[in-house]
Amino acid sequence: MREEGIVSVLVNSNPATIMTDEDVADIIYIEPLSVEVLERIIERERPDGLLPTLGGQTGLNLAVQLAEAGILERYGVRMLGTPLRTIRLAEDRELFRQLLTDIGEPTPDSEIVESWEQAVAARERLGLPLVVRPAYTLGGTGGGIAHDDEEYEQIVRGGLAASPITQVLVERSLLGWKELEYEVMRDGADTCITICNMENMDPMGVHTGDSIVVAPSQTLSDRDHQMLRSSALKIIRALGIEGGCNVQFALAPRPDIVPWAGSDDATVPPYYVIEVNPRVSRSSALASKATGYPIARMAAKIAIGKRLDEIKNPVTQQTSAAFEPALDYCVVKIPRWPFDKFAFGDRRLGTQMKATGEVMAVDRSFEAALQKAVRSLEISNRSMLYQDPRWSERDMLEEPIEATDERLWKLLAALRQGVTPLVLSRRTGIDPWFTERLARIVQMEQRLLSEELTPSLLVAAKRMGFGDAQIGTLADRLPEQVRQMREQLGLRPVYKMVDTCAAEFEAATPYFYSTYEEENDAVPDHHERVLVIGSGPIRIGQGIEFDYASVQAAHALQQAGVRAILANSNPETVSTDFDTSDRLYFEPLDEESVRDLLENEAGGGEAPASIVQFGGQTAVNMAGVLQRSALPIAGSSADSIDLAEDRGRFEGIMSALNIPQPPGSAVQTLAEALPTAEAVGYPVLVRPSYVLGGRAMEVVQDANELVRYFQAALEERSGPVLIDKYLEGLEVEVDAICDGEQVLIPGIMEHIERAGVHSGDSMAVYPPQNVTEEQRAAIIDYTTRMALELQVRGLMNIQYVIAPDAEPGGPGVFVIEANPRASRTVPFISKVTGVPMVKLAVNIMLGRSLREQGYEGGLWPERGLVAVKAPVFSMAKLIGVDTYLGPEMKSTGEVMGVDVRFEPAVLKALIAADLAVQPGTPFLLSLANRTKPEAVPLIEALHRAGCPLFATEGTAALVRGLGIPCEVIPKRLDEGHPNVVDVIRDGTVKAVINTIEGGRASHIRDGFQIRRAATETRIPCFTSIDTAKAAIRALSSPGSYAVRPLADYREGRVL
Amino acid sequence: MSRRPPARLVLADGRAFEGEGIGAPGRATGEVVFNTSMMGYQEALSDPSYGGQILTMTYPLQGNYGFNASDDESARIQVRGFVVRELTDLPSHWHSEGTLDTHLTRAGVPGIAGIDTRALTRHLRSHGVLMGTITRDETAADALERLRREPVYGIEDYVAEVSTDVAYDFDAGDLGGSDGPRPHVVVLDLGVKRSIMRNLAKRGCDVTAVPHRTSAEDILALRPDGVVMSPGPGDPMLLDHVVTTARGLIGRVPLMGICLGHQVVGRVFGASTYKLKFGHRGANHPVRDEVTGRVYITAQNHGYAVDGDHLDAAVRASQIHLNDGTVEGLEHRELPLFTIQYHSEASPGPLDTEFLFDRFLATVTDR
Repeated sequence: MREEGIVSVLVNSNPATIMTDEDVADIIYIEPLSVEVLERIIERERPDGLLPTLGGQTGLNLAVQLAEAGILERYGVRMLGTPLRTIRLAEDRELFRQLLTDIGEPTPDSEIVESWEQAVAARERLGLPLVVRPAYTLGGTGGGIAHDDEEYEQIVRGGLAASPITQVLVERSLLGWKELEYEVMRDGADTCITICNMENMDPMGVHTGDSIVVAPSQTLSDRDHQMLRSSALKIIRALGIEGGCNVQFALAPRPDIVPWAGSDDATVPPYYVIEVNPRVSRSSALASKATGYPIARMAAKIAIGKRLDEIKNPVTQQTSAAFEPALDYCVVKIPRWPFDKFAFGDRRLGTQMKATGEVMAVDRSFEAALQKAVRSLEISNRSMLYQDPRWSERDMLEEPIEATDERLWKLLAALRQGVTPLVLSRRTGIDPWFTERLARIVQMEQRLLSEELTPSLLVAAKRMGFGDAQIGTLADRLPEQVRQMREQLGLRPVYKMVDTCAAEFEAATPYFYSTYEEENDAVPDHHERVLVIGSGPIRIGQGIEFDYASVQAAHALQQAGVRAILANSNPETVSTDFDTSDRLYFEPLDEESVRDLLENEAGGGEAPASIVQFGGQTAVNMAGVLQRSALPIAGSSADSIDLAEDRGRFEGIMSALNIPQPPGSAVQTLAEALPTAEAVGYPVLVRPSYVLGGRAMEVVQDANELVRYFQAALEERSGPVLIDKYLEGLEVEVDAICDGEQVLIPGIMEHIERAGVHSGDSMAVYPPQNVTEEQRAAIIDYTTRMALELQVRGLMNIQYVIAPDAEPGGPGVFVIEANPRASRTVPFISKVTGVPMVKLAVNIMLGRSLREQGYEGGLWPERGLVAVKAPVFSMAKLIGVDTYLGPEMKSTGEVMGVDVRFEPAVLKALIAADLAVQPGTPFLLSLANRTKPEAVPLIEALHRAGCPLFATEGTAALVRGLGIPCEVIPKRLDEGHPNVVDVIRDGTVKAVINTIEGGRASHIRDGFQIRRAATETRIPCFTSIDTAKAAIRALSSPGSYAVRPLADYREGRVL
Repeated sequence: MSRRPPARLVLADGRAFEGEGIGAPGRATGEVVFNTSMMGYQEALSDPSYGGQILTMTYPLQGNYGFNASDDESARIQVRGFVVRELTDLPSHWHSEGTLDTHLTRAGVPGIAGIDTRALTRHLRSHGVLMGTITRDETAADALERLRREPVYGIEDYVAEVSTDVAYDFDAGDLGGSDGPRPHVVVLDLGVKRSIMRNLAKRGCDVTAVPHRTSAEDILALRPDGVVMSPGPGDPMLLDHVVTTARGLIGRVPLMGICLGHQVVGRVFGASTYKLKFGHRGANHPVRDEVTGRVYITAQNHGYAVDGDHLDAAVRASQIHLNDGTVEGLEHRELPLFTIQYHSEASPGPLDTEFLFDRFLATVTDR
């Protein structure tokens, strides 16, 4: 937009993305995405146009609502990109099916269903299995494939509830058919182009977001491809879209693999149009990275009236943007699922997306791209060679291989057992082209196991994408020995450019991938340059906040006149946009790949320094590797990092500095753990060291639980476990910037939930609301001394708990954790305080002190605003996953509410997080004994707000004891109806407060049904009294909230 | 996977690539060109316009869907040699009848796999297309010496090699077409692709293909309702006899020229032709219709182009290539005559411009 001289106003509720940075658009609003808020923004800004197609389904839904409310018309706002009619058409199954029929495009037999009665009739006519797709939901939320009557009822009812218009499509199942996607664009002159065609390795039945995807498609002849391409272009024309569009097809599979009716007579394989997204989508992001063609940028230009032939291809800078990218490599995308954190979740994949992120890898063969993608996943103990010991031989030979997050590994295991590729294809529907290639990988494994590791075998393995570590395991060598052997042979990867044109034209884009070939396109230049190591796939505990920091780091380097090199494996990020850095390496972020690319950059001379502070734990983990390999690190040294992470060393420093920590220590065995826990006194907080996202962290109440924790922990991993006294108090978080002499603290954040809920899942408020001057002074003092002592150069994040009772006479401030790297709060704090934290940190690494940059040490003056951060969860889609909040992080994103007072700020955060409640909302209460006393004022407040109350037996006694009427609802599902689940499902209650007794497994199970039902019905479910209190406080506070650009709040322009 | 013998590709400027032999044993010599289409190797291999050339596909994975009898564009594989990064022995497709390697071997066409085709493409992009040779039994130096003695691409008349020897009626099979009157279209075969004739037959035409040396009078004697000048290989400056034929047809019968046919018509109207540095070969070439402003993605395969500067005023350059401004189409201001430099029959490539056959047939049936 800016390139075209247009003033843009951007609104989003997410503070963690680079999108809401102030230099991205001209005016930035971080406000909840609701019709009311948007109307107020439109009223204030009077824009000429509205561009909703880049904001995913959320953007489209809001645009429809704004149009239907007459707001666009009232303010004369033109809808850009996709006409309203088209948005409605593509989402309303009936209209859409009619349109496709009119233009002669085939759709699978289906019925629109708006009630359970209609669903029964549809089932009778179409027969199971059936695909259920709710209208107007994101990522297939609420849909699924029903194989039997029970599943059918569950999915249909869930889908009807999930759909904002209570409508689902029940469709004939094309299970096992090939699934293909086309990314197409159209401009106002009706020029249409295909950007990318992609093939799902997992056939129909698995959501495309959960499928392994290759680009370009591999098993289609030109005839097949042109048939689908022509269809996709016909559809985008019929829809009248000006911008990008994604069309998904099912194509008939090989009849000898998956039989289908009519295959004897067909001369061309039949196909069906499965889905059309009339907008830029997740697949568009993948297609952009896979081809180098910036779809979103072009879509924005088209939306404001540019024609494709008027735009230059930004990659070649000489040829036209009206063309179709030609790839001379193979791209593989693998989703990143959260089942390493949610061990009890249902791992089966279906039509509802479960992945939180994805990785992409590029190479000159499918095998190599696939293997690099697996390395990019960063799942510990999950190399290509991973096999679950529980998979028996019988499983491999006889059982069907269900689609789960582990299917790829199961296929490989089956091939190792001697199952043939063809048999596997028949059992899964995966085209034999793919299973044959997996078999080639297994054959190479066997050669590496049985043959001598000759140079020619090593070359062959490397060309097929085998990692040094994997070769080492198979050929009985250390990874470093394999690397040395490579070095002796001069066997190094070269780097090829992603240039949109298969080398036909010279390209300006420095976007590279590694491969074992002859010629290197990425010749190092010897300008001063620094590598920023990115954060890999989005997963729980490591979200886009870290990408924000990586992108900011690249920009800061460039502003300082240093060339920024970026390495990352995630196609969904801004850091992997080719114009974010001066050079982009799309690579796994592991030791082998990072060292290889640094050696390429060194070109025989000095390697550039690496920044490891911004890419989350992924990047921090590289510190030790770099140090061992004598590769330079910019900023805090590997030793400083280790000092903070090694519990023993850290404790030593804290006691030397006289900074209190909760009593506790690191232990190796249960025998050590029991006396330690006894000494500090229960409850204790236990966690493994060296983790991010609070993995396997638990509050343990007694010795029995500690034993259970250790049994589970020992099964999974080795290494020390930290045991600390659990101090129940106010949790406070600080980000600091240190240049070695001064320590700047941009802001202090106070958590709304007390200690025990993971900081990433807590609601948090800036500035702190309940911290005394004395405590504040202690926080500043401790932070400053700690950063200096640890010799931090750059950023640091420290978490404190304030428990005055635990330190009589002192401020009661205890250090829980310190991390010498950018935390997930960096974007939030940067935005609300205006302190460019990443930029300051980068300049410190380049040798400029805080003072030279115009900053002093100490706490940055607090602004006259209040900002509240709230977590966002994707748990509705993860069947079987519990939603209670504890020390293990579960959220996948965040939203922000900002205003001049606490109440409206928290209300906006809750609205944005879908947790807001209205006066009069009926509540279901089921409270743990321990939380009952503090719940009393809460219950009274609910009553005052006119909320009808329902409660389980014990809680009901409490409520009635307060003289407040309340209906008792049986907790057990076998004690008659309506029970707790019924009242949630049928809409009797619209919000739930459910607290649990400690972290004990049996208690957690107790309320599980309640929480799942609430999550699946999409009503607010509070598992912490603190969160509920904040929500009730916001609900009962009079007055309304402001809607203003972020800068207005920060600069005190809102009164 | 079967073991393949070592092989090398040697270019006329001395650059050599080491790989493994595929297809038939023996040597292959020709002009080395690259095509950026990600699919459609079978159609490309059997396209007569590749006569005299060694074809490199820039997409690294070739042979994925095997080969089948119905996708061939002519009666045989037309390339002299085939160059790929990876050729699979494990194709998968419903209609596959075997591996591409087998197909090449049976056709007697040698090839090379396992080379850095991107490096080769970059080399050709910066040096221009070069003569090259694929060999299994010579040193690079010996092969280079031999290569320098072989005739270069630009002086050979490959049209004579690929055109039909005798006139024949195209067997439309079950393509059908309308029940109405069937226009008779004569295709002057300079290296015609079956899909051109299929496109005409599908639209209800009776199609007769005639040899390249057929005179205008002999063509007119067949009483055609329209004539298509087909694509074909080589330098249009060598084809004076075809220019004469075209001159004899223009104004007497509706005419459509495709690719080489377009270049020949250009010569009739005073234009010269020139050789492009590395040609246009692929399925992603943007062409703008200068009348409607609409852009089409086209399939292209040409090494020569029409110089638009000295065109007779009777015709205009109606279409241009968006990347380099090459003349991509000519239109006569009065007569039913238009030409295109690209392939509206695609195969391989996008079907965006198949409608041009309708436009041509509209001029035929208007008569």
